[in-house]
Amino acid sequence: MTPIVRRHGATLAGFAAVAVALFAVAPSVLSTFRLSLLGQFVCFAMVAVGIGLAWGRGGMLTLGQGVYFGLGAYVMAMHMKLDDAGPGGVPDFMQLYGNGEVPLWWEPFRSPVITLVAVAAIPAAVAFVLGWAIFRRGVRGAYFAILSQALAAAFAILLIGQQATTGGTNGLNGFRSFFGYDLFDPVNKRMLFFIASGALLLMLLAAWQLYRSRYGELLVAVRDQEQRVRFLGYDPALVKTVAYVIAAVMAGIGGALFVPIAGIVSPDDVGVVPSIGFLIGVAIGGRATLFGPALGALIVAWAETSLSESFPSMWTYFQGVLFVVVVAFLPRGFASVSALWRRRPTPATEPAPQRQEATV
Amino acid sequence: MSMTADYLELSDVRVEFDGFRAVDGVSLTVLQGDLRFLIGPNGAGKTTLVDAITGLARAAGSIRFGRTELLGRKAHRIARLGVGRTFQTASVFEDLSVLQNLDIAAGAERGPVTMLRARGRTPERIDETLETVGLTAHRDLKAGTLSHGQKQWLEIGMLLVRDARVLLLDEPVAGMSGEERTRTGELLRRVGADRTVVVVEHDMDFMRSFADSVTVLHAGSVLSEGSVAEVQSDPRVQEVYLGTAPTDAANDSDEAVA
Repeated sequence: MTPIVRRHGATLAGFAAVAVALFAVAPSVLSTFRLSLLGQFVCFAMVAVGIGLAWGRGGMLTLGQGVYFGLGAYVMAMHMKLDDAGPGGVPDFMQLYGNGEVPLWWEPFRSPVITLVAVAAIPAAVAFVLGWAIFRRGVRGAYFAILSQALAAAFAILLIGQQATTGGTNGLNGFRSFFGYDLFDPVNKRMLFFIASGALLLMLLAAWQLYRSRYGELLVAVRDQEQRVRFLGYDPALVKTVAYVIAAVMAGIGGALFVPIAGIVSPDDVGVVPSIGFLIGVAIGGRATLFGPALGALIVAWAETSLSESFPSMWTYFQGVLFVVVVAFLPRGFASVSALWRRRPTPATEPAPQRQEATV
Repeated sequence: MSMTADYLELSDVRVEFDGFRAVDGVSLTVLQGDLRFLIGPNGAGKTTLVDAITGLARAAGSIRFGRTELLGRKAHRIARLGVGRTFQTASVFEDLSVLQNLDIAAGAERGPVTMLRARGRTPERIDETLETVGLTAHRDLKAGTLSHGQKQWLEIGMLLVRDARVLLLDEPVAGMSGEERTRTGELLRRVGADRTVVVVEHDMDFMRSFADSVTVLHAGSVLSEGSVAEVQSDPRVQEVYLGTAPTDAANDSDEAVA
């Protein structure tokens, strides 16, 4: 065995399991409709991976990831509306609610290249400006959480108010094609699912590398002792902003892939409620673990759909109870259950056994 | 770097919180190799002074390390100039191993590419520091599982590993056993030979055993300064510690300061 397999066997097995589940098992057992539904959840899971990084490792309780999800989603939706309308064409809803002209700020998104760049770049830029401003002033904890949530609320209200240019409460929908591929063709739907699954795997790999890296260690240090890190010569605001920006990019890509799969994006997908929903999945899965956030997000979304189908009004209560139980009894999420099981003392958790007879 | 001896020079440093002068015109100079203790009753402004030097508290006056003015710089910039501090409550990164703690401390100058990669071999400097502070056997333990004394040594190690030229230690032996105190004192003696070290301390036995020189703060100002013996025989110091100046000197005052 190569050293990397020996040292990271469990993690690599986890990656293999996720890949097999998404690329082999799911497509063979699920109907096109269910697969498409799972595809949407995979997009939520991308947001969750980012939250795991920002909150689990970085300690930033971000209640507003819906904003970045929404920025990515709306950028993609704008491109798809323009693409459907044809060169120089005007999207249908604008003819209905607006003056029949495409606003100037929509025009760049006619270009597929600009759209793909903007899906990551716009959330990154917004997160950088906000994060740098917030973290440099030392805002953290509950204040940061409230601020991020207010941002999500404001973003949703802004979208609702701009009926003529963002579709208002209806959002953007009725897409026919995705970069030229017919969205009604089941083969293309399946392809979209594979693209989303591939993106999720790549993000998990990126998160793994970050957690293993020196930056990952520094991020945990900032989470636990921000002041101490400062006196070692680092700027904690920068360390936190980097994680926040990466989380925003992951959410933006998740949003962008959500639009062609779900066929709609509206303010309901980006406001306070979905932002908190993202967080619950992460908390339940285990925020500081590698796979926990993504699995938690998938399981919670799946449970929501299936329970809502059988007991339409019960889901909210169930979600609340689940959240309370996890926070009260499993503060590290379900991912920590296996650790309780093993109880194998690892070198890093064993108490210091003997006094060292050394050179102090 | 240390071709010429380093020194830390404070002149007329003032720190004010909402009209209250916590530090009121302190001037002092600490030379490299001179193990300086900073003592004084509670509220004398000792920790506030350390906060001012390290950029945590806003101060007026002048604080210079060699020719470099520290006042007005951000905390992490001051740290990068080689000024390091510890805290009263040991503040190591409990969730990380001893090795990871030291590696973070050693790496404020690393570039983005190095940061985004995992650590390969342990840097030599870290091995040396582990040896110096006596934590080699504990390098893979989580810092949270160390004893109180070991955490303080790790903190000092975190300053040594990045070769801090000025060490400001806030009550390093508080809560330590007698044996641990002695070890800590010897460690400070060794690392202090080519560094500028200021120790804020309440423990008078410890001070008597290891201080080269002492500055006594009272109500935000320097009350007395000199060798241990000079400071202990200063009637003003005795008054501050006892409330009144004792008439028969030596024994009583010794008790009072201790």
